[in-house]
Amino acid sequence: MSVQTYSPREFHRQAHDALGNPQIRANFRRAMDGLMDKRGDAFSDWDVETLRELGANIRLRALAKLPDLLEQLEANCEANGIKVHWATDGDEACEIVSDICARHEAKSVIKGKSMVTEEMHLNAHLEAAGIEALESDLGEYLVQLNEQTPSHIIMPAIHLNTDEISDILHEKTGTERTRNVDTMTAAARAQLRERFMAADVGISGVNFAVAETGTLCLVENEGNGRMTTTVPPVHVAVTGIEKVVEHLRDVPPLYSLLTRSATGQHVTTYFNMINAPRQAGEFDGPKEVHLVLVDNGRSNIYQDDELLDTLRCIRCGACMNHCPVYTRVGGHAYGTTYPGPIGSILMPHLIGLEETQDLPSASSLCGACGEVCPVKIPIPDLLVRLRKEAVGEGRGNVPGAGVKRNKKELAAWKSWQWAATHPGVWRSGLTMASKLRALMPAKLAPWTDYRTLPQPAKTSLHTLVKRHHAKRGQE
Amino acid sequence: MTPIKHYPPKPQKVYFYGTCLIDVFYPGAGLDAIRLLEREGIEVIFPDDQTCCGQPAYTSGYHDEARRVALAQLALFPEPWPVVVPSGSCGGMLRVHYPTLLADTPQVDAAQDVAARTFELTEFLLNVCHVKLSDLGEPEQVAMHTSCSARREMGLGDTAPALLNQLGQVELVEQVRTTECCGFGGTFAVRHPEVSGAMVEDKVDAIEATGARHFVTSDCGCLMNINGNAEHRQKAVQGEHIASYLWRRTS
Amino acid sequence: MSARDIILNHLRTRTDGAIPVPESDFSVMTGRGWDHDERLARFEQLITSVHAEVVHAQRSSWTQALAAILHDKGIKRLALGHEHPVACEARTGLAEAGVELVDPAREIERWQREQFERVDAGLTSTGGAIAETGSLWLWPTPDEPRRLSLVPSIHIAVLDSEAIDETFFDVIEAHGWARAMPTNALLVSGPSKTADIEQTLAYGVHGPKELVVIVRHGAD
Repeated sequence: MSVQTYSPREFHRQAHDALGNPQIRANFRRAMDGLMDKRGDAFSDWDVETLRELGANIRLRALAKLPDLLEQLEANCEANGIKVHWATDGDEACEIVSDICARHEAKSVIKGKSMVTEEMHLNAHLEAAGIEALESDLGEYLVQLNEQTPSHIIMPAIHLNTDEISDILHEKTGTERTRNVDTMTAAARAQLRERFMAADVGISGVNFAVAETGTLCLVENEGNGRMTTTVPPVHVAVTGIEKVVEHLRDVPPLYSLLTRSATGQHVTTYFNMINAPRQAGEFDGPKEVHLVLVDNGRSNIYQDDELLDTLRCIRCGACMNHCPVYTRVGGHAYGTTYPGPIGSILMPHLIGLEETQDLPSASSLCGACGEVCPVKIPIPDLLVRLRKEAVGEGRGNVPGAGVKRNKKELAAWKSWQWAATHPGVWRSGLTMASKLRALMPAKLAPWTDYRTLPQPAKTSLHTLVKRHHAKRGQE
Repeated sequence: MTPIKHYPPKPQKVYFYGTCLIDVFYPGAGLDAIRLLEREGIEVIFPDDQTCCGQPAYTSGYHDEARRVALAQLALFPEPWPVVVPSGSCGGMLRVHYPTLLADTPQVDAAQDVAARTFELTEFLLNVCHVKLSDLGEPEQVAMHTSCSARREMGLGDTAPALLNQLGQVELVEQVRTTECCGFGGTFAVRHPEVSGAMVEDKVDAIEATGARHFVTSDCGCLMNINGNAEHRQKAVQGEHIASYLWRRTS
Repeated sequence: MSARDIILNHLRTRTDGAIPVPESDFSVMTGRGWDHDERLARFEQLITSVHAEVVHAQRSSWTQALAAILHDKGIKRLALGHEHPVACEARTGLAEAGVELVDPAREIERWQREQFERVDAGLTSTGGAIAETGSLWLWPTPDEPRRLSLVPSIHIAVLDSEAIDETFFDVIEAHGWARAMPTNALLVSGPSKTADIEQTLAYGVHGPKELVVIVRHGAD
């Protein structure tokens, strides 16, 4: 199956296409407006700033103790019968998963929603190994049928509207065309129930991994996560190493922040806490449970005090819901597993700044994202930091640092710096700009593609103030 | 990003940091801001050597260059007087970013000191001067566009509306998605012109849809952006800096 | 070096040194001050708002309410435990109800398709509920296995009204979850749903299409 691919290197073209697509514009505008309203309503009865502060603290505490907590998580999981594996990168993680599948002679795998497995390109890896990997989350299922990747980390099919979904179900599964959402949902339910029964292995993500008890927590509304982690005889859970929390009591605040920030829900239909495979005397549940801990660049981010904050993320999607850029170009335009604001601060570490060089600048730094982040990640500051790294004036500890260093732009900023630190030169420049204002071109792309160009004023403020104070001095 | 909760009493003197956009394109707004302050009995000191706060280089990642310019601006404010800035974006640069930009320099303490006494114009008029405005103008509707920097970096979503609400003949109307960015973002508008263009079009449409033909803003970047798009599309919507609006209506 | 060693070593030799550990104040997660009636009201309002049904019954006669539910919904085959008092009472109370009582105490591999296709409903006890979110909490056991509340299209859950705590944080702390967790612990807050089709809510995706909560009132 060939999946429609986008690349972060093509951001400008992909954004251009999205901006010119009225359906994408309308779908995302409506969807983001709805999600923003829902989040607002969900927090109206809470002291949201206190809760965000607590969330930020809990995540930071976990990061402060990360290596110890990972060891504690491993020890507790293993003591309960969960086999723990470690992978330095996505490829290693894919190998671990496919090895588990091979040991069980698995032909088909059913997946609960997991962004880290998208990051790893696990489905493609499994398919190359002759193993069918079917997505069970309805949005992921639709996106997979449509041979695409998700366009949002919480609502993967947000770019599709009802008619498109009906077409997809009809063309790929023979379901009768309908605009009735309940009918389509019932069709998907029936189709996937068979697949849950038939799957050899269930693969899921993890929302929170609790070190204190070795508990894997999964958040969902549909029930496919519980199905994926309960029905097949083998369950493989995959997580980034940063998703650990220290104590069980750390979970309720983060769970509350996650559901309210993501979809405006007080709670999701299910909160699934997995501690062990089927024990002696139990009659259902997987007989084998595996946990794969994936680094894939996270321990690099971990090294730097400023960049560290990126790892607080609990993958709620609120940042992209509130982003005026994401709302207009949609998730696919970014061409990365994680789009929107979190994508722009995370992906450079995972796949390098050479690939993602246009993403940190694809933001007006409006700060709407940072304002709603449930764990208070200073996203605009991190975007500026990555811009600094991209032009080679940072610490150089981000892969691809310096990729945007170019002589012309540097020379321009150096000239600006010289003028701005030589006030006499600056004032002369002001006078020149005023005198030459009639010569300002009417067209100065790209500004003038969308706006008229303002003219320098006849007299600068410097001069106006001098005259004003002189006049006042005479009074 | 927290708003200043404890404001000082009204001082006798302030520094005025005009901002480069006002200097070049909207000097009248700068002068009107100074007049508003002088009317409150404050002596306004305009350091002649002021140039640019450094924000465009800062947000472009050219921090070495931005730092040198920032250091030069810091030297303009040696006395312990408030620094009043008619812009949320430049005000935010001084108040929020100068301390971190200069963190590893000997001037970090000076940066903290200046940051602590930097105020955006509407914030200063409302919360330090406790200004009481008397409206002498004709009844009209006006929309307010608060810049993202004023709103989120400096925590000032309410100050400009509060001043406008003091004007008895002015009805402040609110556009849809009032807190959404206008798309300027400094160099963003030229690095990502299409997305920026889409954002400013929506902003102009939103202001137009209120029925108000006039809008005000505390930031000249936003002003250039929104006015420019409105003019380009031959829309009747037109805006000015809030300093000019307040001065004109009250004098 | 194994991947484990590489990762842990990288984390432990952090360039910028140790990270200060912040304090956490959990007071915002507890102390709502709701009495029994308010907890019950909040629980019911929230869980019914997402299409769960709540049926109130007296402790002494709740199996009659159960029988009525089964009858109204045309449930002919009900899976339920044997040992839990709730299951025992149910079995006794339904003896003459004309409903086939299915035994889940067998390896699932032996009856999986039957569970998927020919069991109309699953009945479980609950550990308690959470008022703030409208949630039930369950700790499945060999007697009431995990899939009872997942596979059959209708889940009937029995809740004692005194077992409603204020918040999830309270449940974890008051019931000492951190001391020993079961194989699987669950919060169930309604029937299965999705908003993936143009953000329009649809119920009954992969989990049960219906959730009925029988709230038992009165002393044991």
